[in-house]
Amino acid sequence: MNLLPYLVTGWLFLAGLYGVVSSTNLIHTVVSLSVVQSATYVLLLTVGFRTGGTAPVFADIPLGTAVVDPLVQALASTDVVVGATVSALLLSLAIQVHKRSGTLNPDELRSLSG
Amino acid sequence: MSRRGRLAVFSVAGLGLAVLLVAAFLDARPFGTAFHPLGDASVRASLLERATANTVASITFDQRGLDTMGEEFILFAAVLGAAVLLRRDREEREAAAPDERREGRGQVGHMPEVIRLAGYLVLPFVVVVGIYVVAHGHLTPGGGFQGGVILATGLHLVYLAGDYPALRWLQTNRIFEVSEAAGAAGYVLLGLAGLAATGAFLYNVMPYGQLGQLASAGTVPLLNAAVGIEVGSGVVLLLAEFLEQTLVLREPGGNRRAGAGG
Repeated sequence: MNLLPYLVTGWLFLAGLYGVVSSTNLIHTVVSLSVVQSATYVLLLTVGFRTGGTAPVFADIPLGTAVVDPLVQALASTDVVVGATVSALLLSLAIQVHKRSGTLNPDELRSLSG
Repeated sequence: MSRRGRLAVFSVAGLGLAVLLVAAFLDARPFGTAFHPLGDASVRASLLERATANTVASITFDQRGLDTMGEEFILFAAVLGAAVLLRRDREEREAAAPDERREGRGQVGHMPEVIRLAGYLVLPFVVVVGIYVVAHGHLTPGGGFQGGVILATGLHLVYLAGDYPALRWLQTNRIFEVSEAAGAAGYVLLGLAGLAATGAFLYNVMPYGQLGQLASAGTVPLLNAAVGIEVGSGVVLLLAEFLEQTLVLREPGGNRRAGAGG
């Protein structure tokens, strides 16, 4: 099944997007955004996979062993860090919204108020 | 827009996106292919030229170290942003003195002594694992980012063991603000050392040594250490902001914020 990992990526992306669109709680929105982002992890690792390849760490395997692509793994680790920081910032914003307006439901946030 | 209207728009757009994604996937590179020219070149560069057993670390800190500096400063900026967003309002005040807080926690739920003991027993092991993961980042999976998070988690075992005042003392004494800035500055200074020695920013200025040795991979272990300090301190500061919101601050009315568990 060659296409399955790619389809999982697309499904995760759309499921997370549905969560963002249908959200009635800003915390839930942030978590849904994390689901969207996890699609990018799966996509990166899918692109870098090599059948029969092992982890690209030559601590206990002989040189010349077939390994998966380390480049996308480095990108995925960057992705994880950025994802965590974005979540932290958005959650701080959610706390501020709750302080100012008393609600976390985006539908009840009708107007901008200083 | 109403909820129903929003979902209707999304179902059309989502369906279109799904069709386009599947069309793109049908044409994507096959899963599990052996054709990775850039990845193979990176593996060769890190093993043969840079004596770095963990090829991912070589890419992150040596072959594309400038990107990682940007990544590190994203984290730095996010911690700063969270601190600004969660700063104390003029009307907010501290909930209580530490003594009173200790009583309050007793009302919410008693902390069994065995959990308290387990927290303190596990703490040194977690800190050692964190330092190990940072120090061996160029040899085995791990590195500054991963080890830094483990170190920060270890410190929060103090909180889980029920001693929030001790953790708060650590947080409010500016230790971590200084160490976070020092970690971020250390990365830039190592980059400037490369600039001064060779004319290229972040160029590896140390001898590469023997593949697989603890002292190998040139500046990668040093950059890992700088990132580990920065990430560990950053996560501590970030969690401090969130913990302060629920545990320390009170709303103007004097009530503890709703949802605060203690």
